[in-house]
Amino acid sequence: MTASVLFDAPGPATRVRHRIYTVVASAAIAALVVYAVWKLGDDGQFEYSLWEPFLTPDYISALLVDGLVVTVTMAVFAIVGAVVFGFLFGVAKMSEHAFVRWPAWLVVEFFRAMPVLLLMIFVYYAWFIGTHGSFLWVDERGGFLAVVIALTCYNGAVLAEVVRAGVGAIPKGQAEAAYAVGMRKTQVMTLILLPQAVKVMLPAIISQMVVALKDTSLGYAVAAPGLTKIGQQIYKEFHNQVPTAIVLGVLYVGLNLLLTLLATWIQKRFVGERRIDVVAAAAGIDQDRA
Amino acid sequence: MLDNLDELFKGFGYTLFLFLVSAVASLVLGTVLVAMRVGPIGVLRAVGAIYVSVVRNTPLVLIFIFFHFAAPILGINFRWVQVHVGGFDFTSAFATAFVALSLYTACFVCEALRSGVNAVPMGQAEAARAIGLPFGGVMTQVVLPQAVRASVPPLASALIAMLKNTSVAGVFFLAEALATMRGLTNDYSSERIGIFACFAVGYILLVEIVSMISLGFERRWRIA
Repeated sequence: MTASVLFDAPGPATRVRHRIYTVVASAAIAALVVYAVWKLGDDGQFEYSLWEPFLTPDYISALLVDGLVVTVTMAVFAIVGAVVFGFLFGVAKMSEHAFVRWPAWLVVEFFRAMPVLLLMIFVYYAWFIGTHGSFLWVDERGGFLAVVIALTCYNGAVLAEVVRAGVGAIPKGQAEAAYAVGMRKTQVMTLILLPQAVKVMLPAIISQMVVALKDTSLGYAVAAPGLTKIGQQIYKEFHNQVPTAIVLGVLYVGLNLLLTLLATWIQKRFVGERRIDVVAAAAGIDQDRA
Repeated sequence: MLDNLDELFKGFGYTLFLFLVSAVASLVLGTVLVAMRVGPIGVLRAVGAIYVSVVRNTPLVLIFIFFHFAAPILGINFRWVQVHVGGFDFTSAFATAFVALSLYTACFVCEALRSGVNAVPMGQAEAARAIGLPFGGVMTQVVLPQAVRASVPPLASALIAMLKNTSVAGVFFLAEALATMRGLTNDYSSERIGIFACFAVGYILLVEIVSMISLGFERRWRIA
């Protein structure tokens, strides 16, 4: 049946047992799904009026343009900022000068260990509350910038670790050979190490994009625009919390799955088996500890 | 700020309680999920995989929104939770946060454990099978104990991420550290940098403590 080493290829008796389990499990799951659907139907959650906003062109375009596009814009700004932040501080952390290395270490550790929501709320209340203007095509009331700044700092700190791990993953001989042909420190870093590290880092950066995209929804706390906000407006008007939650979920999950697919493809195409542990980098755990 | 230290501690008290109970629940749920995902029953494998990939790609805020605003309409609510211990009230806001965080973190725990299971050398499972252990025995007696060791670092990462995610509960009516900070900044807006610094340090301390504990386990269980 399968090549897993955890269990034997089942014999006749086991196969019967497995079949029984399968039937029982399927029945339980089917019952659960049927119950959920029945419950939704029983509460009238399939009423056309509740789903109407998601079938009306005006609301669809609001959802896609003011919601999805704004959310993606926030995520893109944040991730671009984070990549810049990450490279600066990642390289700074590897500096030979202690007076560069320690401050960079402190900044990275600080932003990495702090809940991004805390930062977002602080940035919002400290600088942006009450501002009103427009930023590109977004009606900006401070939330947008607060989200972008907070996500830039947090994801930047995570990417700084990723950069360090990426450069660390390059064979020592590369740097040694570069020094041997007479390159300066800066040249070794920018011409030899970073270009190779970027290749290894790409999947990690894309995984971080998924995180950034998900975290844009934290803008809920600072009244930032985006999918969550539009969803909120829709369910406040139509009182269709359940359908809205489902639609928002589908949009987020779809987008993130696309990004994950992209990451997997890039991993296969450019990197091979080596990976950088993004989760560990995000949690503030030292990569080279073990 | 210094006059309100009791509020700070109370806020972090809620954060810590929420973290502890959700950590336990998500560890249990994550273990069940990982057993489903590596087990011999195809249906359960598929369900586990779907659960993990859906929940992992959903923002936590959306899960909170679901349990706070959508689920009560369907009759799922936690208003019956009324526990009062000392100065702490564990009511529906706490229960909802607990459910949302546990469901969300369980899939990260599952992934962490699965990477651990994959790290256990093949010969271990083969040997266990050779002496006649069934799947349950292979998992509980041989593979999981070793997988747990290998997955301490990723598990700690997942739990640290959850610790930071408890702050989302503050937006959803739970008076934990983040909500306390918000209240204090509203009351003393001129001192907001100091207030922010105190709460940031609080969170960093908690994260460091969890990280230390994981380091301790890792040292103790290190395989020679």
